[in-house]
Amino acid sequence: MATILTEAEARALLQKVLNYSKADECEVNLSGDISGNIRYARNEVSTSGAKTNQNLVVQSAYGKKVGTATIDEFDDASLEKVVRRSEELAKLAPENPEYVGILGPQTYLKSNGYFASTANLTPDARAAAVAKSLELTRAANLTGAGFMEDSHGYQAMMNSKGLFAYYPSTNVNFSLTVRTADGKGSGYVARGYSDVSKLDTAAATRIAMQKAAASASAKALEPGKYTVILEPTAAAVLMENVFFNMDARSADEGRSFLSKPGGKTKLGEKLMDPRVTIYSDPTNPDLPASPWAGDGQAQKKITWIDKGVVTNMFYSRYWAQKQGKTPVPFPNNAIMAGGTASLEDMIKGTQRGILVTKLWYIRPVDPQTLLYTGLTRDGTFYIENGKIKHAVKNFRFNESPVIMLNNLEVLGKPERVVSTESQGNYLIPPMKIREFTFSSLSDAV
Amino acid sequence: MTTHHQKPKTHLNRRDFNQLLGMSAAGLLLPTMPAFSHAVSADELVGNYIDVSTKKRLADAGLNAAKAMGATYSDVRIGRYLNQFVLTRENKVQGIVNTISYGVGIRVIVNGCWGFAAVADPKDEATVAKCAATAVSIAKANARLLTEPVVLAPQKGYGEVSWKAPIKQNAFEVPIKEKVDLLLTANAAAMTNGANFVNSVLFMVNEQKYFASTDGTYADQDIHRIGPSFTVTAVDAQSGKFATRNSLSAPMGMGYDYLQTNPSDKVGGVTTRYGKGYDMLEDITLAAKQAKEKLTAKSVEAGKYDLVLDPSHLWLTIHESVGHPLELDRVLGYEANYAGTSFATLDKLQSKSFQYGSKEVNLVADKTQVGSLGAVGYDDEGVGTKKWDLVRDGILVNYQAIRDQVHILGEKESHGCCYADNWSSVQFQRMPNVSLQAGKTPLSVQDMIKDVKKGVYIIGDGSFSIDQQRYNFQFGGQLFYEIKDGQIVGMLKDVAYQANTREFWNSCTAVCDQSDYRLGGAFNDGKGQPSQSSAVSHGSATARFNGVNVINTARKI
Repeated sequence: MATILTEAEARALLQKVLNYSKADECEVNLSGDISGNIRYARNEVSTSGAKTNQNLVVQSAYGKKVGTATIDEFDDASLEKVVRRSEELAKLAPENPEYVGILGPQTYLKSNGYFASTANLTPDARAAAVAKSLELTRAANLTGAGFMEDSHGYQAMMNSKGLFAYYPSTNVNFSLTVRTADGKGSGYVARGYSDVSKLDTAAATRIAMQKAAASASAKALEPGKYTVILEPTAAAVLMENVFFNMDARSADEGRSFLSKPGGKTKLGEKLMDPRVTIYSDPTNPDLPASPWAGDGQAQKKITWIDKGVVTNMFYSRYWAQKQGKTPVPFPNNAIMAGGTASLEDMIKGTQRGILVTKLWYIRPVDPQTLLYTGLTRDGTFYIENGKIKHAVKNFRFNESPVIMLNNLEVLGKPERVVSTESQGNYLIPPMKIREFTFSSLSDAV
Repeated sequence: MTTHHQKPKTHLNRRDFNQLLGMSAAGLLLPTMPAFSHAVSADELVGNYIDVSTKKRLADAGLNAAKAMGATYSDVRIGRYLNQFVLTRENKVQGIVNTISYGVGIRVIVNGCWGFAAVADPKDEATVAKCAATAVSIAKANARLLTEPVVLAPQKGYGEVSWKAPIKQNAFEVPIKEKVDLLLTANAAAMTNGANFVNSVLFMVNEQKYFASTDGTYADQDIHRIGPSFTVTAVDAQSGKFATRNSLSAPMGMGYDYLQTNPSDKVGGVTTRYGKGYDMLEDITLAAKQAKEKLTAKSVEAGKYDLVLDPSHLWLTIHESVGHPLELDRVLGYEANYAGTSFATLDKLQSKSFQYGSKEVNLVADKTQVGSLGAVGYDDEGVGTKKWDLVRDGILVNYQAIRDQVHILGEKESHGCCYADNWSSVQFQRMPNVSLQAGKTPLSVQDMIKDVKKGVYIIGDGSFSIDQQRYNFQFGGQLFYEIKDGQIVGMLKDVAYQANTREFWNSCTAVCDQSDYRLGGAFNDGKGQPSQSSAVSHGSATARFNGVNVINTARKI
């Protein structure tokens, strides 16, 4: 059997699995993906690999007793076996009071996240893309360490109430760290696309090379509060922690940054600068995402923060039912609106500030205030009178994205970025923030 | 945002475990299953998945095929990886998940270059031979780009050998009901003692690994690990404040026997801490009370303090500031694009005088420590495991290195710390257990505290972050107690300390004696691209560090 099934093939296979079901409810998830990667370090290819994965997950329910079984073989006997096993597990399972049953048929938005260019990428083409990067760093006597990984696949689901969903997608992530031969300078770049034809490894490599060379003679600045310009790659790792924490249940339970004294939540309240708008939209052409959630709910365009006001949180179907609310699925993408300024414009308009390429080792310090710590890395520069003056040594920061988004000066033009922490892709603008808290210096390059 | 859940992250990844604990925005998420894994029935959880003579037959097919196609070296790993998770919150079971993953990974050297290929669920010799052929073809293709051929440290063959973790009770033989009862009883104790919410998890691992190489080793190994953990949350709805307290357990290289305690496994004091036996009921009862106490505890005044660090906390500082910077592949630049490089460069080792820490500081690497996560008989390239010094009397004396890099240190034998997290991933250098040796002079925690004028006593691991060359770090914890003039005077909150690795270890003035020595550790140390996860323990006795910078982490939003 092919690893990547068409919609018709997936539908036929799922129907066959469901025909074996004897439970009250049955839901089947099917997925397949093929990925390939090349890793390089010290200007040499170090490893390369390919992976093929396919999986069938069957969930059977008797009342509120639920069992799940998984298999990666697809002959008729295996299909029946996995259904029977999930039924056996369901009969043995304790009742899950939070089980709310499966959904009937849903209507989904159209979203195109599948690009033949990426799906058809050959190992030779992948190697050639990396070779372009290696040629540049070798010729400049700089040291490149990078990773390129592309994948294509699909997800499909069907249940005994007639719900069917199918979504094919492709993705490529490329990241590169360039260091100077003396180890005193380091630069970074990361790119993520659904369509590999948008990936220009040479152009990306030049950015990391420029940052590496320019950061080789960094000067130390005193830690303290500074105006910063966070490039989208740096902003993403803080912003994703706002997205991840917008769960209604935690807020209602009093254990979220969205909880309020008196057992209430901050829903409907202004939490950030009025220029901050954060939303999800599976149909965005620059960040296409599956139009359905893992439990089959339709993903719609939804605004989480509208002009600084908290307008929505995620409600699981169980929690929504309990609270008398409409369910809101955990989204498949996140987008932050911005302005029109380019990064260059933003630097030009800065009297005194620090340009941050990347933030690293982000960890929560206090969930109550969404306080995070981490460090700058791979290209940190001092700006004076609208120009980059010199590189500065890296800082540790302790900052809350909520405080940061109240200290907003300028938002630039959003672009697609890859989180260096979670590998997630987002649309995020560069952002200029005043009084960003750097609490100590680091000697790291 | 679902992409967030699909891939493991860099370095030590606490977020995955928070998700397991139900703290995630998406509610309950099934843990990411390893490649090709599928759920298993109860009868597959115990016993040998496949007998050793079959494994030898399959392995020989791979080795012979590789040799016939020109490999100068080859190893075959046949692995069966079994995981079980039991997840609960308050009085509910959220999930019981069993996963199994079985397959073969083959590594070869052809024309001086590595090649690797893997295949799921091999049924016969022909499948394994075909996999070997793929590995050979990859090695040949990559050899064209190669400038320096692989230099492999020689390794004698051990013949047919085996190693079994010295467990007393196989956790997979314990009925699910008993595990569920344990967690729900613990949760109930938390709720009756003042918790508003509680999540608890029991995670169990059994790796059955067979290693065969052209050096003539056939090593059959059976490895067991267990990790009980919880998070208790106390909420003060009136003020809108909340506080959590995580378990003081450690993931261990043990069976279910870790959950059966003897009095000698417990360390008394301001709160009970645990050695090789963990009393979840006692710990969660204390945790509920302490989470409540945290809500009204004194917010720390920022400044310099002498820190007294319990092993349940110090393991993580050792992991980040000693374990990682002394990985030779990082030092050489192989991890530059992800985990980073290291401040501990080769010239510092060669100087033979680099003062990593004070003379009290002795740090050892050890792949043989009984009950630890890293303990095995042979590593994943057929090297018998051992113990070696990294820092002796404060001086940097060695790194962690494997067969294709140890020659860079002028050594003729690998340290035996090569590991792959699955049969489908290629083995590379991974951190052995790295531990701070206990002090040689008798010293109790009580006597250590007696001497401290202005200090903070920290128990349990919390927030952690360190730069990519391992200079600047910041750590939180679970419990913080203020020490004034030799006495513990009360609980503190909002505490984190910031230091520089070398300054920190040079500020170590005392380490308690062996009677206080305990292990901490993690299942999920991430490294490599694509990222692989490794389990590692770190031991220490309580240690004192003078004049460390403490910050206050409270903010208003």
